[in-house]
Amino acid sequence: MKARVIVTLKSAVLDPQGKAIEGALRSLGVAGVESVRQGKVFDVELIGNDRASAEAALKDACEKLLANTVIETYKVEFAD
Amino acid sequence: MKPAVILFPGSNREHDVARALKLVAGATPSVVWHAEQELPKGTDLVVLPGGFSYGDYLRCGAIAARANIMDAVRAHAQRGGLVLGICNGFQILCEAGLLPGVLVRNARLRFVCREVVLRVERADTAFTKAYRKNDLIRIPVAHGEGNYTADESTIKQLEKEGRVAFRYARHDGRIDETDGPNGSINGIAGIYSEKFNVLGMMPHPENYIEPEIGPTDGRALFESLAGALKAA
Repeated sequence: MKARVIVTLKSAVLDPQGKAIEGALRSLGVAGVESVRQGKVFDVELIGNDRASAEAALKDACEKLLANTVIETYKVEFAD
Repeated sequence: MKPAVILFPGSNREHDVARALKLVAGATPSVVWHAEQELPKGTDLVVLPGGFSYGDYLRCGAIAARANIMDAVRAHAQRGGLVLGICNGFQILCEAGLLPGVLVRNARLRFVCREVVLRVERADTAFTKAYRKNDLIRIPVAHGEGNYTADESTIKQLEKEGRVAFRYARHDGRIDETDGPNGSINGIAGIYSEKFNVLGMMPHPENYIEPEIGPTDGRALFESLAGALKAA
């Protein structure tokens, strides 16, 4: 089973990298960009097909390693 | 005094901090590989050195914080043992939950490698007894992710409990509240744990210990540790 974990900065946390990208897009003349926040994507392949245990494993992975919950939040999406 | 320096893949300041411990505190540390399960018997000070453990992959210090040896470091800290994390070591301590908050990308997005002025916030801990409160000391920094942040209630608690160890200051002693070298909140350069036995700091005191090289303002930190552990 394939899943995608998306880790983003909490909205209250400043994101200087996102700001720099936002500025670069503006200077490239890309129209209509209001703001940019940078995050991370993890594509994870899981053994087996049990959705509930996959969700539990990914939650564990996020809490233990993939996200620093002091500043980040995460969400899990399944391919199917 | 029986110090141990933890070595992670990508640590690169272990020799410098070992040299400082030897020259200033008179103790040659054992170097402990991250995959070990235990600290050498009788270890009374654990040092997490600077560097780029695991190439800063994922987040600075994130993977090192989950290394085998960190359980032993955590147990040592819980027993009241002294732990010093410098630069990447500070990032690892935060990621490991031994210190609150997190170090994020410098506000101006640049790697900062220069001397800074620090104000010593208190001189009654095992790490700072050889300084005086409000001393202004010169210590170098070298980091890209030293911007300390935490949620509002954590910052409030740190301030209330006097757990800020050092702040970035100007030469006249004024504090760079958010416009220091990296944008840290309240100019925070280093913090203590609740029991003041764990210190994490971004600047490198081990760089400034010999007059041949420059200022020696880092010596007092190692002298403090030697004093604290001799008395113990």
